[in-house]
Amino acid sequence: MTDKLLPPKKKNPQLRQRVPTLPPAMRSRAALGLTAAAARGAFCLQHCEECGAVQYPPRDACSSCLSVDLAWRETAREGKLIAETRIHASPDPYYRERLPWRSGLVQLEAGPTVLCHLHGDVGRGDTVRMDLKLDKAGQGVMIALPVERTPDMADDPQLRSLTADPKHRRVLITDIRSPMTRPLIDGLLAAGAAHIFVGESESWRRGSDHEAIAALDKVSVMQLDVSDASSVQRLAAEIGGKTDILINTARFVRPGGVLGADTVFAREEFETNALGLMRLAQAFGPGMASRTADGVNSAVAFVNLLSVHALSADPHYGAFSASQSAALSISQTLRAEFRSSGLRVINVFTGPTDDEWHQPLPPPKVPPKALAKSVLTALSEGLEDVFCGDVAKDLEERWRKDAKVLERELTGGGT
Amino acid sequence: MKRQSYDGVVVTAPVSVPYVRYSQETAHWWIARALKQLLEVAGISSRELDGFSVSSFTLFPDTPVGLTQHLGLSPRWLDSVPMGGASGVVALRRAARAVQAGDVDVVACVAGDANRIDSFRQLLSSFSRFAMDASYPYGSGGPNASFALIADAYMAEYGAKREDFGRIAVAQRANALHYPDAIMKSPLSLEQYMSARPISEPFGLFDCVMPCAGAEGFLVMREDEAQRRGLAYARIASTIERHNAFPEDPVQLRGGWVMDIDELYEMADCGPGAIDVLETYDDYPVISMMQFEDLGFCAKGEGAQFVRNQDLTITGDFPHNTSGGQLSAGQAGAAGGYLGLVEAIRQVTGQAGGTQVAEARTAMVSGFGMINYDRGLCSSAAILTGAGQ
Amino acid sequence: MSEAISALAAALGDGSVEVVDLTHTLDPDFPVIVLPPEFGQCARFRMEEVSAYDGRGPAWKWHNISMNEHTGTHFDAPIHWVSGRDVANGAVDEIDPAMFVGPVVVIDCSEGAATDDDFELTPEIIAAWEAEHGTIPAGSWVLMRTDWSKRRGAEYLNMADDGPHSPGPTPAAIELLLKRDIRGFGTETVGTDAGQGAHYTPPYPAHYLLHGAGKFGLQCLSNLDRLPATGAMLIAPPLKIKGGTGSPLRVLALVPQTTASGDRT
Repeated sequence: MTDKLLPPKKKNPQLRQRVPTLPPAMRSRAALGLTAAAARGAFCLQHCEECGAVQYPPRDACSSCLSVDLAWRETAREGKLIAETRIHASPDPYYRERLPWRSGLVQLEAGPTVLCHLHGDVGRGDTVRMDLKLDKAGQGVMIALPVERTPDMADDPQLRSLTADPKHRRVLITDIRSPMTRPLIDGLLAAGAAHIFVGESESWRRGSDHEAIAALDKVSVMQLDVSDASSVQRLAAEIGGKTDILINTARFVRPGGVLGADTVFAREEFETNALGLMRLAQAFGPGMASRTADGVNSAVAFVNLLSVHALSADPHYGAFSASQSAALSISQTLRAEFRSSGLRVINVFTGPTDDEWHQPLPPPKVPPKALAKSVLTALSEGLEDVFCGDVAKDLEERWRKDAKVLERELTGGGT
Repeated sequence: MKRQSYDGVVVTAPVSVPYVRYSQETAHWWIARALKQLLEVAGISSRELDGFSVSSFTLFPDTPVGLTQHLGLSPRWLDSVPMGGASGVVALRRAARAVQAGDVDVVACVAGDANRIDSFRQLLSSFSRFAMDASYPYGSGGPNASFALIADAYMAEYGAKREDFGRIAVAQRANALHYPDAIMKSPLSLEQYMSARPISEPFGLFDCVMPCAGAEGFLVMREDEAQRRGLAYARIASTIERHNAFPEDPVQLRGGWVMDIDELYEMADCGPGAIDVLETYDDYPVISMMQFEDLGFCAKGEGAQFVRNQDLTITGDFPHNTSGGQLSAGQAGAAGGYLGLVEAIRQVTGQAGGTQVAEARTAMVSGFGMINYDRGLCSSAAILTGAGQ
Repeated sequence: MSEAISALAAALGDGSVEVVDLTHTLDPDFPVIVLPPEFGQCARFRMEEVSAYDGRGPAWKWHNISMNEHTGTHFDAPIHWVSGRDVANGAVDEIDPAMFVGPVVVIDCSEGAATDDDFELTPEIIAAWEAEHGTIPAGSWVLMRTDWSKRRGAEYLNMADDGPHSPGPTPAAIELLLKRDIRGFGTETVGTDAGQGAHYTPPYPAHYLLHGAGKFGLQCLSNLDRLPATGAMLIAPPLKIKGGTGSPLRVLALVPQTTASGDRT
């Protein structure tokens, strides 16, 4: 059974901090299919469209019938661990710092044998459940997990290196006014977060949640206005060195298209939703990126909440959609910029939320609790893109299938 | 169709360029040294050489084509055999057929590799596409980890113990002490083997080869040509090669030899009992043990019992890897795929010096190479016969 | 130099006339008026570094700034309000600059405002003030002192679930001031109207009535406790914004120091 992860001791200031390094990051183009599946928590392998043979490692032609028509499909996760090793020597700088490291061979029920990372609770002969996860290099990798959940299994060091689990970590939630902030705080505390900082803008006009949140144990309300660079920098100077997870809940939304609405709300939307993200990344990013290997409470994730209409505009929220597309684009650049540090950028996409700005919309709408749960899932599973709620999932699927058809449907061309 | 004999073709001029652990010299440098020795032994000028076969991992960005200009050669027959541990036998059988057909008179077969600081890591990380995508990212143990998994499964399946692998390693070290060019110069006890620091369980330090720089080579020519030049030679009784055998096996517990071994013996018109010296590809002792089984010296799964009963040293009843193998002589990249073949030529031509096995007239050499993902893909073997001492 | 200017220069020089700054610092975190969220909102002061002696400008530091016309200590022009939309020369760039310098009277409501967040300036209070200091002269700025500028953070807007609570004038008080033909009306709170000013008839009487009559407003003033009830001069020129409805500005008062070096009156 996994040893329970203990809260880290205070740092010994005389010891050098572990330098962020990455596991091997080079991959073929075909192998990026694993990364794409891992990013959204799917377990996909290539299936031959002609003969159905399941392939692994990723390749360009079927090893059974030479067809080049290979499609990534959800695949059964079950397999048997047929060999294991504990590696004590590696020329790779990332693994050298983390030895010994266990890996094994799993024969999948789907066919192929997979060389994979091993969770501490599995051994040779065991039936295992395979998972695809993003490693610190941001690439999809296989890990064999116990079929049944074991106590403290998330604390396993190899699994934890593939997730952004909040346990013992310090979290900044950027906007106390977001309706999801309270359920998010509750969820993070339940997941073992060490401390939660909650940003509050315009402290001269406190919201109704202020007193209840400020009174919570392990929670501090801090002044933070993402639309004000000096405010963001001031808070980063204060807590930037101990922010392990940043969850950006700040969001400005107003209904209205492009022709009818003025640009004042649009500017506010871009200031908060797009430029606010940039300001947070500029102020907190470098500090977090330098601490991605810093022990139990290392920096792990930068989380954005985005409307699924970042993918395709909702003309009833035209300027808001534009700000979400901008934020999505910024998050992609951040991923590139954080790549060398291993800091993960997580985007949680949501459909219309059940709040004051989506009153006229029919259900289903995403309740704040569900959104908070998606964020927690993304962290504990180590996902990169999460779609919360039926509307977001449906829209993503349609977007994946045909972005142009979806655009026409959303802009009033379908029945 | 029945395999045709190699009548009239021989292999000669075994050459080893002493290995060094790290070297700033390039593969070109190492290959040139081996080639120069080969040509000097045979009395051929480099311009006269009409056949050249090269195996190397570290020539990049050059290929053997570039090497011809680099070394001033004008061959009418050129081969590149990028098959790692299977390279020696494969180079031999390709060259032999070309000589037999009259496409070429003399083929110089050379394998050589450089080993600079950190070049091993770079080689591992981009060894193959499947390795890059699906094995190196998982702990980056390299071949040690991949073969450790095979060893783990083998031990679980057949009940082999680490001590059994140790017997192979210890015997080879004893042999290496008689081979002046071996990298390892001190004796190894079973206790030392067992208590060595772990590398990738179940492997400890002495299960693993020492990457180094060096080169090996030999010549392939017609028998009359060898006689005219006064060279001691060996005949090629039979050869086999196989790639990606048994792809449906979930883990490699047998090699490709199993598919072709009967033909190897049939062509040589002998059985395992006729083999005086065995040179296996020993990137790990467990792989040599697997070869004892797959080459017909014992039944599948009985390799462990086999090594408990045999003396694998030069003077023993089953002389094996007489120059110490890669485990004790060192692994100079693709030259590791030549080491056993070059030693086998020395043995059956009576040129082995300190490692010479008495009355060695028939030798078997097997090759194994290229762990593309989870297993070695290439297997090869040859039976050589010579006049002996 | 004229005699008057010479005398003023001398008085400023020897401290017998003091310059008092009635302005809050423009700070990103300084409160602005908050309207119901479906309305357009007043932008807060924002400052963005353009360069700071670095690669973006090696020898100089400067900022881009942005804000609403009604952010921080600011001036309201007649066209700010619907009632003043047709007032001639009602935009900040059109106003006669002579209007930016003039006498000021201060009605001290600080005692009442200390105990009542919704303290009202009424005609009765004005009448009482006039009984003591004389009728408010035409052309005067009239400032309502509440000491509200000493409040910080949430205390300043003083939001409750029924909206903000802060002192301000009643419609009748404004009508009385208009009768006096004042120049404009100023407060220490975020608006010239009371926090609950929406509930008067007309709503926001200071804005509605003053601007309709072509008068000006000043908000978010500070240091009113350093002004005498009468006798000071106010300097309040807004930025010359084309068609501007108001502007952040530096408000200065020239205050005679009767106690500094003898009575000069």
